Amino acid sequence: MSAMLEPLVDKVVQVITNDGRNIVGLLKGFDQTTNVILDECHERVFSTTAGVEQAAAGPVMLGLYIVRGDNIALVGEVDEEIDAEIDLAMLKAEPLKAVVH
Amino acid sequence: MPSGAKTPRPWDRSPATDVQPLSLQLFFSFFKTLVGKEVVVELKNGARSSLGRARPADLAIRGTLHSVDQFLNVKLLQVTVDDRENFPHMQSVKTCFIRGSVIKYVQLPASEVDTELLQDATRREMAQQKQN
Repeated sequence: MSAMLEPLVDKVVQVITNDGRNIVGLLKGFDQTTNVILDECHERVFSTTAGVEQAAAGPVMLGLYIVRGDNIALVGEVDEEIDAEIDLAMLKAEPLKAVVH
Repeated sequence: MPSGAKTPRPWDRSPATDVQPLSLQLFFSFFKTLVGKEVVVELKNGARSSLGRARPADLAIRGTLHSVDQFLNVKLLQVTVDDRENFPHMQSVKTCFIRGSVIKYVQLPASEVDTELLQDATRREMAQQKQN
């Protein structure tokens, strides 16, 4: 399992949590239960009425977080080039739903 | 600090190999045969009841299976989301790690699955389980 997340260390990742939140940050560490350490993280809040929250005044920095593994659905490597192209202020979408087991 | 010795990081320690039950070992082996093939992973985050609300779909992620582990976590490369309109959340993600516990379905290419081999493996597992 370590082979899966190790290449993502020190990269910008997008973590989707079980409650449907989208958190972007620098992956600093992880363990076998997929607990994850994110540095300089911020949340991307999607809404159908306004663009993604971080647009205007810049993202609300949350700092250094440990996200517990059992709450994590997905860890995605963010391609920063593509990410820079996205106009977050115009991006409207329904927030992701929570995971139901 | 002893020269040359590196402090082992948490992810350097390999997990116990016999943690998972035999039935999961079979699926682990099965998925290993699908590495390199394109699959669609459907997550458990869709709407449940039909109380009027639209969008019954879960997030479905298509990609090439890069690796799988004993917990059936998967890593996908060349990731695209099938329903881009409703799920623009992952536009900049091309590689992702998906935790096994959140996977509902894995859609497989039928041509890549040898069902007879799978049935034989299952029979062997059941026989082994009966012995234990």
